Amino acid sequence: MTDDLLRLSNIDKRFAGVHALKGVDFSLRSGEVRCLVGENGSGKSTLIKIISGVVRPNEGEIWVAGEKVSNPTANEMIRRGVHVIYQDLSLFPNLTVAENIAMPHVAESGKVLIDWSNINATARQAMARINAKIDADAVVGELPVGLQQMVAICRALTGDVKLLILDEPTASLTKVEIDQLLNVVADMKSRGISIIFITHKLDEVLKVADTVTGLRDGSIVGTFERSALDNDKLVEIVTGGPVDQSRFRLAKRERKKLLEVRNLTKRFNFADVSFDLYEGEILGIAGVIGSGRSELAIALFGVDPADRGSIVVDGRERRIASVQDSVEAGFACVPENRLTQGLALKRSVADNLIAAAIESCVGPFRLIDRNHRDALIAKWIASLSIKANDPQVAVETLSGGNQQRVVIGKWLATAPKIFILDGPTVGVDIAAKSSIHQIVRSLAAEGAGVILISDEVPELIRNTNRILLMRSGRIQGEIESDAVTSDELQRMVEAA
Amino acid sequence: MKSLLNRSEFYLALLILLLCVVIGSLNPHFFALQNILGFLKTSSVNGILAVGVLFVLILGGTPDVSFTAIAQVVEYVVVLATLRWGGDIAVGFFIACALGAALGAVNGFLIHYFRVTTIIVTIATFNVYYGLLYVMTGGGVIFVVPRFFKDFGEYLILPTTDASGGVFGLSLLTVLWAGALALGWFILRRTFLGRSILAMGGNEIAAERLGIRTFWVRMFVFAFVGLLSGVAAIAHTAIVLSAIPNSIVGKELEVIAAVVLGGASLFGGKGTITGTLLGVLLFAVLRNGLVLLNISSYWYDVAIGIAITVGVSFSAFQQLRSRRSKVNVIVAQAA
Repeated sequence: MTDDLLRLSNIDKRFAGVHALKGVDFSLRSGEVRCLVGENGSGKSTLIKIISGVVRPNEGEIWVAGEKVSNPTANEMIRRGVHVIYQDLSLFPNLTVAENIAMPHVAESGKVLIDWSNINATARQAMARINAKIDADAVVGELPVGLQQMVAICRALTGDVKLLILDEPTASLTKVEIDQLLNVVADMKSRGISIIFITHKLDEVLKVADTVTGLRDGSIVGTFERSALDNDKLVEIVTGGPVDQSRFRLAKRERKKLLEVRNLTKRFNFADVSFDLYEGEILGIAGVIGSGRSELAIALFGVDPADRGSIVVDGRERRIASVQDSVEAGFACVPENRLTQGLALKRSVADNLIAAAIESCVGPFRLIDRNHRDALIAKWIASLSIKANDPQVAVETLSGGNQQRVVIGKWLATAPKIFILDGPTVGVDIAAKSSIHQIVRSLAAEGAGVILISDEVPELIRNTNRILLMRSGRIQGEIESDAVTSDELQRMVEAA
Repeated sequence: MKSLLNRSEFYLALLILLLCVVIGSLNPHFFALQNILGFLKTSSVNGILAVGVLFVLILGGTPDVSFTAIAQVVEYVVVLATLRWGGDIAVGFFIACALGAALGAVNGFLIHYFRVTTIIVTIATFNVYYGLLYVMTGGGVIFVVPRFFKDFGEYLILPTTDASGGVFGLSLLTVLWAGALALGWFILRRTFLGRSILAMGGNEIAAERLGIRTFWVRMFVFAFVGLLSGVAAIAHTAIVLSAIPNSIVGKELEVIAAVVLGGASLFGGKGTITGTLLGVLLFAVLRNGLVLLNISSYWYDVAIGIAITVGVSFSAFQQLRSRRSKVNVIVAQAA
């Protein structure tokens, strides 16, 4: 077709032994919003890198606006209007909004001297294009992530952008920020800019896409019109199998009360929180960010303890003033942000896995029994099927799903009675997600009590038997998971 | 006004003023023009070195500690060369700048090419440069330097005679320092090169993605530090009128401390010429004050230590406070 903005034909790419893309054909019209879906390792990022000129394909041709690009380098693709907004945003946290936005423009101009009025004008123009209202003199590092994202988008808009590629732009945004971003995407589309949008969140795909291309094992599964898709169909495209629709069922057994929380209060965080947790249960907590749900989790875990109220574990009143108190009482916690709170990223998988349970490996003279330690590590790697070539590789090299398994494994090694998981599937792909759900369910089946906190209402409904609804730091109600639909619960969560 | 209160430079200036008032009230001679012009002259060496240190700190990573060794080597070589072959101040500057820049560029190359932290590389080159100096000179002291150093060091702009017949005025060395500050400001603020240095300090990968040639920016920064070390070496020789192998080496921590106190971050991307000037001035006033108050110069190190501790704790406290206030905002909505 002649009105294709971008056309890739028969793109093939191999990295040392890995066939990352296998003869991929891809095309995109002007003003089209295309979502790219696929699991980690399916070839999405390689495809993006090839389109943006960062990586050269071994075979295949790239056409932009009907012209063959014979030398697709990063600069060449930018010159032709292809811009990428990387997940890390590539901003300069120490510089102002205006300078961040204008920097590529200035770099391209090749001028030796800086003209500050020109920088400010360039930034204002770019911000006006998407009606972004950001203080141009603010230092970018001090802005919330959502605004930083806007700055990154404005920066791309200073050039003659024809295609904007957004690589998992919503991974660290709040719901409000995501909505704003999706509006900006719609706005850019209306100005004839094509968008390639990469995300693991299928609800976003359905909201924003005109068309969806699925990738699996380096090949294109197909390109679909939005109208032909729903959530289940998308899952099928990504995973290649039918959707796991199973629900968590409470095992029928003598129900023993594990945890009794009464009137737990922390000033400015939450107030009068009371609930019970039984053996074998998965208790969900639903609520928006700021509802007190995560604050409750870290209070139970002793990170930021509550001011008053009682916590009774296994019939024994516990004072939880520190993480040590909490671990001793039988708690384990997968925190909201695994990267900063749950893992030592530069340390190995093995070190991370054993970190919480190292006490169990201590032998005579308080030396570490290495055989016992290595055996434990091997056991958890196997039972959680953590995909790492070697337990000694740094955790940061693992995919999101595997990192999360390491965090879970770290605490499983301490044999906890009560497991708190705060957003355990944020930023992991669909397959890894369902395997984390399986792990959580098997925890409950083995008799632990699980508290699951999540932004995703369907995840809560499918994986819990009861859900507490939190709002403004208080528990507003309790719902049987069977008795509510996703839409109903979503409305309850959002009702302010 | 609010933005002024958020700047560490403001508090530093306030601190210097306070110090001046205290010293001046104990010894009114402090405010005499001769005295002020005097310490502005002697501080020029540290002041010029500090501009280079600022550039390295902004570029990021860790501080360069070899610049004093570079200055030391340059001082010795320039004095030896001009003693043997003659020359004037211009020749001295030429040799100093060229040799300094070359030695600095070696640092830059090693740091970029081997991706080793600045402090590690420069500890190594410090020892190599300084060690070679000792090997080749046997640690000998040169007590007689060419005449032009004395002329240069004693040249005064607007010379004035005071009551007791002494002549004083603005030293050329102070002007040299001002020139280094102005050049530093111009590069950082008004050139793309300068913005590239700041950008690399903030996010080097992003800078690379923008097509900034990070290798050349880094080479520039370290060559520039070397060049300024060379200039400082000339100023130093013009003041002390001798070449002693351990007369500049040992100052590095004091200079780095002044720049850090001036608000430059050890993590890169942050720092200003104004702050650097103030940091050097604070130490200059402190040293001068101790002399005027007849306090043992040993107390100078203690005073510097206290100033650094207070300065660093203060900026840490500011950060903590701003972070805490952000948390409160979120929590207030939840409550």
